Amino acid sequence: MSTTRTQVGAIARRAIVRTSRQPASIIPPLVFPVALMLVNAGGLRSSTELPGFPTDSFLAFALAVPFIQGALFSTMNAGTDIARDIQTGFVNRLSLTALRDWALLTGQLAGIVVLGVVQVLFYIVVGLTAGVRFESGPAGIAVLIVYGAVVALAFGALGAWLAYRTGSGETIQALFPVLFVFLFISSMNAPRNLIGVDWFRTAATLNPVSYMIEAVRSLIITGWDWQALALGFGFVILIGLASLFLASRALRTRMTRT
Amino acid sequence: MTAENGIAENGIEVRGLVREYKKGPRAVDGIDLAVEPGEIYGFLGPNGAGKSTTVHVLTTLLPPTAGTALVGGYDVVKDGPKIRGLIGVALQEAALDPLLTARDHLRLQSTLQSVPKAQRETRAEELLHRVGLVDAADRKVAGYSGGMKRRLDLALALVHSPRILFLDEPTTGLDPQSRTDIWNEVALMRREAGVTVFLTTQYLEEADVLADRVGIIDQGKIVAEGTPAELKAEIGRPSVHAIPRTEEDRPKIAEFLAQFGEPLASTRDVAVRLREGLGLTDIVRAVDANGVDVADLELHAPTLDDVFLAKTGRTLEGAAEEADSEGQEQRRR
Repeated sequence: MSTTRTQVGAIARRAIVRTSRQPASIIPPLVFPVALMLVNAGGLRSSTELPGFPTDSFLAFALAVPFIQGALFSTMNAGTDIARDIQTGFVNRLSLTALRDWALLTGQLAGIVVLGVVQVLFYIVVGLTAGVRFESGPAGIAVLIVYGAVVALAFGALGAWLAYRTGSGETIQALFPVLFVFLFISSMNAPRNLIGVDWFRTAATLNPVSYMIEAVRSLIITGWDWQALALGFGFVILIGLASLFLASRALRTRMTRT
Repeated sequence: MTAENGIAENGIEVRGLVREYKKGPRAVDGIDLAVEPGEIYGFLGPNGAGKSTTVHVLTTLLPPTAGTALVGGYDVVKDGPKIRGLIGVALQEAALDPLLTARDHLRLQSTLQSVPKAQRETRAEELLHRVGLVDAADRKVAGYSGGMKRRLDLALALVHSPRILFLDEPTTGLDPQSRTDIWNEVALMRREAGVTVFLTTQYLEEADVLADRVGIIDQGKIVAEGTPAELKAEIGRPSVHAIPRTEEDRPKIAEFLAQFGEPLASTRDVAVRLREGLGLTDIVRAVDANGVDVADLELHAPTLDDVFLAKTGRTLEGAAEEADSEGQEQRRR
């Protein structure tokens, strides 16, 4: 029987190969977040003049957002791909092999993580090219890459759960705007302490996405802010663990082989 | 019976198999069947008869509601992983990834089916040659025709040299040439490798040409089983069809042929079901001797559709239409 590592590798390779052959799955997660960041950086540059704004470069401030926004795109793509596998019967094909349930999930997530890391590297290169200085230095960039991988894993597991639970790509696409709402009611465009509208500040404070963005932002504009990192990693790991648990349960139900 | 005692190593044995869906009728309603090692067993029935559900149970994708099923001597409920290791399956929908090539699919399938790494490339080449996809091996499946997808599906089912092969309507929707290609391949596998084949089909010709034995399923129950020849013999005698030269000759020919058997309704020709012991030569001699003028004489052997008609009161085609309209009705509700 093939080893679990071999199985995971084969499934991950397939995920990467099929994504690499779909420009529509690669380009939007890279281009749209960067384009939105550039638009915001142009329009909101004057925010840096507000007393207490943590940096004089809005681009450096905004660079954190693509990391999370790109992960959301990847989640949707991964979920839609898995749902299509269910709809076309490809999961049945895999069920009829010696593939272990969790090797399927791990393989799919490994593929998502690899693509997530590629995205993170792209955003870092865009930032460096645009003149953003990473205050945490090369070690901080390394942490960013690891963080990007963990975010991709957590959001990928969320997409996988939705896919195994619903088996419908359309349902997952329909959930995309809901996830985006979480992004927009976060501290993506302003530090929480500078948000003037009370309900918005409260919503941003309760929203875990704020802390995920702030962890990235701290590495770029602050240096080593252990509290921000702990909160960012903490929320991502919590979401990841919950999603992994739900995804593996949904997968077991989906693969009803005896 | 278990694989350990070797009684049914390549065979299939099913006793009282039932599969109920939560909100539906019994898809499979207490069927019994036995497939001998190296046999091609044709499971014939209209849409919605329970063929695919039976395949899903036998291939461990669905647990049975009741009854027992042994595949290669292993119990489908208790020994799922062991069964999956010895069977090859091509389900009704050729579930392929449109973004992968045939070679990508074979690489993935052989890895997951535990084919030793050193043999994977050789095995892939061998199968690509076998199913005639060498030239298309590095093209994405999205551009394949239905026949090419089916052939790739078959190659994937064979990647680990299974002892038992399940083919769920392998030629549905294919053109005649692609259908013949698949038939040849299935026959070759059995001849060369002694593979046991469980083949579901809604095509009478397919069951007739390929299967050593046929089980006819309707509304979840097996209504007839035997070799195609036995089943047709059960229905009985062949019919003779005389084609008149002119419409005016029709009554005279009908009166003449009536002495050889009971008349059959036909608008194209004049037909009788022959009495026991009579053959075409008897009719030809009598026609010559009596100077009866006919344009042509044809002998029609009973078909499996006649068997289906005799057992269920419907033609296979009619049953399929009925199942389709019932399905549409259920969807409307």
